[in-house]
Amino acid sequence: MGIENLLLGFHIAITPYNLFVAVIGITLGTIIGVLPGLGGANGVAILLPLTFTMPPTSAIILLTSLYWGALFGGAITSILFNIPGEPWSVATTFDGYPLARQGKGGQALTAAFTSSFVGALFSIVLITFFAPLLAEIALKFGPPEFFAIQLLTFSSFVGLGGGNPLKSLVSILLGFILAAVGLDIVTGQLRMTFGFVDLMKGFDFIVAVIGLFGIGEILLSVEEGLSFKGVRTGMNLRVVLDTWRILPRYARTFVRGSFIGFWMGFKPGGATPASFMSYAFAKRFSRHPERFGKGELEGVVAPETAAHAAGVAAMLPMLTLGIPGSPTAAVMLGGLIIWGLQPGPLLFKEKPEFVWGLIASMYTGNVIGVLMVLAFVPLFAAILRIPFAILTPVIVVVCAVGSYAVHNNMIDIWYMVIFGVVGYVFKKLDYPLAPLVLALVLGDLAENALRQSLIMSQGSLAIFVARPISGAITAVAILFFALPVLTPWWRRLRGVPAVRRPAREV
Amino acid sequence: MRVADLVTASVLLLVGGVVVFDAVGIGIGWGTDGPKSGFFPFWLGMLLIAACALILGQAARRVDAKPFVRREQLGPVLKVLWPAVALVVLTLSLGLYVSAALYTGFYMRWIGRHSWLAVLAVAVLFPLATFFIFEKWFLVPMPKGPLEAWLGQ
Repeated sequence: MGIENLLLGFHIAITPYNLFVAVIGITLGTIIGVLPGLGGANGVAILLPLTFTMPPTSAIILLTSLYWGALFGGAITSILFNIPGEPWSVATTFDGYPLARQGKGGQALTAAFTSSFVGALFSIVLITFFAPLLAEIALKFGPPEFFAIQLLTFSSFVGLGGGNPLKSLVSILLGFILAAVGLDIVTGQLRMTFGFVDLMKGFDFIVAVIGLFGIGEILLSVEEGLSFKGVRTGMNLRVVLDTWRILPRYARTFVRGSFIGFWMGFKPGGATPASFMSYAFAKRFSRHPERFGKGELEGVVAPETAAHAAGVAAMLPMLTLGIPGSPTAAVMLGGLIIWGLQPGPLLFKEKPEFVWGLIASMYTGNVIGVLMVLAFVPLFAAILRIPFAILTPVIVVVCAVGSYAVHNNMIDIWYMVIFGVVGYVFKKLDYPLAPLVLALVLGDLAENALRQSLIMSQGSLAIFVARPISGAITAVAILFFALPVLTPWWRRLRGVPAVRRPAREV
Repeated sequence: MRVADLVTASVLLLVGGVVVFDAVGIGIGWGTDGPKSGFFPFWLGMLLIAACALILGQAARRVDAKPFVRREQLGPVLKVLWPAVALVVLTLSLGLYVSAALYTGFYMRWIGRHSWLAVLAVAVLFPLATFFIFEKWFLVPMPKGPLEAWLGQ
């Protein structure tokens, strides 16, 4: 039954129009990934208003292709310019840039793109098989289970996200609070509007994403005094083929990276820690750990495989449970709602052509993507040779256009600027932005799940622990929330000094 | 860094207070058909206050001489920020496309010191391209001003 559905999906994904949409998406995505100011989540948010008139399947193909492109694009800047275009490509700079300096940029890029492709493919195959099963299970879920899963999602930011758990919590709460502003659709009551008409409509997550990730990121990057000093790509067919001949040597790294990526990615918090973890494992198991950081090809393979596997895996909970695993997936989930689709397990029953079209397009999109980036790397790299004084205003204007397009409302451009400043301050003070965005997108869904659960139980919170599935999930969530308190205590018990966890990135 | 941390946490604590105040106003208990509108925000606000108080405690105990932002860092940040605000203000009266042209041109000349020819080319072609992509291709209208009215758009 799975294969039939997949074939149905391919029928939809390889229509000329959808292939064209995928090519456009990947091109734009790669450009966005190359530019340090714009990221996957932000690019998807800017493009979202343009998809309102498109058929939903083509719209999601456009946005997911953009996401694949951004994942590929991040590697280009890291290797050639030593600037991570995306947080999950930080680990790629460790060995990618030294390789490029030694004149092996082509080799590093080929390895990066191929690893990305392998990691993505691994996750897509797993999604193809697991998504229908997971959706089948999730169909039996009621409001308490969904609320428990939401709890689990956010608890993993607090417990596993690294950084200051209190600040993660504040980000989550702030996201939920912003989501609650405006009209309460259940009771028809106005909340936190304080008499301002503009606040009645609430805050749109698209505008928040554009401000926090777009404008905030630009402010941060000018502060660091960006200057692009690139190394030549040195890419041609010979290099590609020669590199492909070496890559099978790293089969173990590929497998390890894929598993780490998938495992980290389908839970929120995803791609960035996955890439670091995969790099660390590759170094630990390598016969030449001393070569890492000086231009070891395996040091490019490991993080790229994991990052891309994680990036794709983030789509699994979004599709099956309606709970996104990453900010980008969160924006897409918001898109689903805008296109009139109800995210969650019912999607598999009610809109199979959408779900399977999307899954099939992950295969086609990544094949097209890897071929395109391999062929056009020099062109994409040339984007960074555009002077900074031109890029900055262009990015700001594009962000403003994207914010305005959401509701055709000037106030949204103001919100974008304010969110930009907030994003800049939060990022500097180590408040994570990803959970804020997730909470803003999920706010209404979470509150409804909570309300319905409480109505079912006549107001008793015991419902979350009394039902077996939601009880188990809630227990894990509580454990995650408690983890920051438990860990130092556990360490002291074993006589190990408490260590600071590495700083996290969004 | 410490001062910025204290200020941010205090502001967020106040936000939590405002949220709780508003929630209490609309009712935090059990209504006729389930929890009232203020129920969820009330607990969010309470948790926010608690978390911020703990952060304040952490920050107050910490010794940290590193400034939030150095003077030479703040300059470039403000140089991006205030023209962006000017862009929004101009958009109100001149429309987005004209403001985008002025803003892009100004920034290129001021920060990048590009030649007038390059400034003119980018400042005209970029808004024009935006116009065709959004207004014509995707049919997403942007705010317009006197120039567009004069051109009959």
